[in-house]
Amino acid sequence: MVRRYLRLFGVQLKASTLQALQYRVDFFTEGFTSLCWTFTALAPLFVVYGGRPEVEGWSFGQALLVVGWFTLLQGILEGAINPSLTGVVEHIRKGTLDFVLLKPADAQFLVSTQRFLPWRAFNVLTGVGLFVYAFSLLGHGPSPLGLLTSLVLLGTSTLLLYSLWILTVSAAFFVVRVDNLTYLFSSIFDFARWPSSVFKGVARGALTLVFTYVIPLALMTTFPAEAMLGRLPLTSLVGAVVGSLVFSWVARRVWIRSIGHYTSASS
Amino acid sequence: MSLRGVLRAMPTMLRVGFAESVAYRAEMFVWVLSTTMPLVNMVLWMAVAKHSPVGPYGQAEFVSYFLATFAVRQLTSAWAAWIINWEVKQGTLAMRLLRPISPLWAYMFDNIAGFPLRLVVAVPVMVLSVVLVGADKALPQHAWQWGLFLVAVLGGWAITFLANVAMGALSLFTDSSQKTMEVWMVLFFVCSGYMYPVELLPDGLRAVINWLPFRYQMGLPVELMTGAHDLPTALGLLARQWAWVLGMGTLALGIWKYGVRRFAAFGG
Repeated sequence: MVRRYLRLFGVQLKASTLQALQYRVDFFTEGFTSLCWTFTALAPLFVVYGGRPEVEGWSFGQALLVVGWFTLLQGILEGAINPSLTGVVEHIRKGTLDFVLLKPADAQFLVSTQRFLPWRAFNVLTGVGLFVYAFSLLGHGPSPLGLLTSLVLLGTSTLLLYSLWILTVSAAFFVVRVDNLTYLFSSIFDFARWPSSVFKGVARGALTLVFTYVIPLALMTTFPAEAMLGRLPLTSLVGAVVGSLVFSWVARRVWIRSIGHYTSASS
Repeated sequence: MSLRGVLRAMPTMLRVGFAESVAYRAEMFVWVLSTTMPLVNMVLWMAVAKHSPVGPYGQAEFVSYFLATFAVRQLTSAWAAWIINWEVKQGTLAMRLLRPISPLWAYMFDNIAGFPLRLVVAVPVMVLSVVLVGADKALPQHAWQWGLFLVAVLGGWAITFLANVAMGALSLFTDSSQKTMEVWMVLFFVCSGYMYPVELLPDGLRAVINWLPFRYQMGLPVELMTGAHDLPTALGLLARQWAWVLGMGTLALGIWKYGVRRFAAFGG
């Protein structure tokens, strides 16, 4: 069973890779646009830290780590999660999801792996570059334990991001016109550019609560950055792991209910 | 087509455009929600200004600045570039070209017709701003300031729309100008005052930005709404804004005219 799915995954990945290799110029354009967007993420940072050494307990180098995680996850989101799941929305609109549902494999697996944009991995490189620069500013490297923890958190962050996307896509079964939901989603993700404690002072901390528990953005970028700095409490780590598992379970349930709701547009 | 013809077609086109924007109101609402970036920045800058103000901006000033940014973004946005790109790709531009009125008018009226609905979003935000920080910080104080603000909003919209047309028309030469637009958006975010007031930038950088179109798309209307300038400065900046409207208009029409000649409908 597992072996079959692994093979299926390999096939799908190969198809996407071959497709990507057709457009090699994309490598440079992706790289260039990725650098451009990183610059927009950094511009306010430069302006903010131009005048003061730290904001809510985060120095420039430390905040840079959060931007690094943001950039890296954006690469995963746009390269591996977004393209295939945007395809689902298209399927629902055209009524061709039947073809996927009829296949003898799990539908969520099939739609989640149908398309990758490998060149977007450039964002991941940019993110790693930011880590290196940030630590050179901080004057020390990450501790091995911190690095290990942040790798675990990379897994939970990806899972969270993916589950959030599954929830968004599930909405497409009910409202159909959701090409925009992609933009809505990425604009909410924008909040993850900043350490979550920045939002502490506003509306009596309500925003921090929302971004930790309702839309777990803090878990995705702030926690891994803190882990790299070696100051993430163990309870937060456990919370992130358990939280992301629960979240993905909920997303799975919602997805199954949503497909039950699907009536093909053509039949 | 003569200007009289355009004027005669205008009410109908506006009516159709308005009906369309009402029909897709849910979609528009999602769009509005996806322009939350000013709110992210508002919260961030409030945190920065918690203990001491940044330049002339304290917490209240940041609230009024970014809420104004949110409102102005609703009023000055245009998406013609995406539509032109799409229609060139699909070949449906051919259908528009067959009509006795330039497609550019159609894009323009489409854009303007959405205005009432966008006011429905912008006005409550302005009211919220007045409630939060008081009318003296959130709105123009005198009649002449209101006048300048309206001129600036109109100019900001015109630059955005014309830049959209110019970049959309580029797709007639290059198949797709999506990447060009992306680069434009990045510059817009960084230079326009959308993420931080332009005044907070170092002097040298600000001098450069004063010569670029981006500040006049967004920053200037926002600054005039929050009353950041006296009359002479405001008039000087408005003059530069309208110079950009003219320049961008010439550029857009030029690219469009030469591009359409090359257009051979594929697909449609």
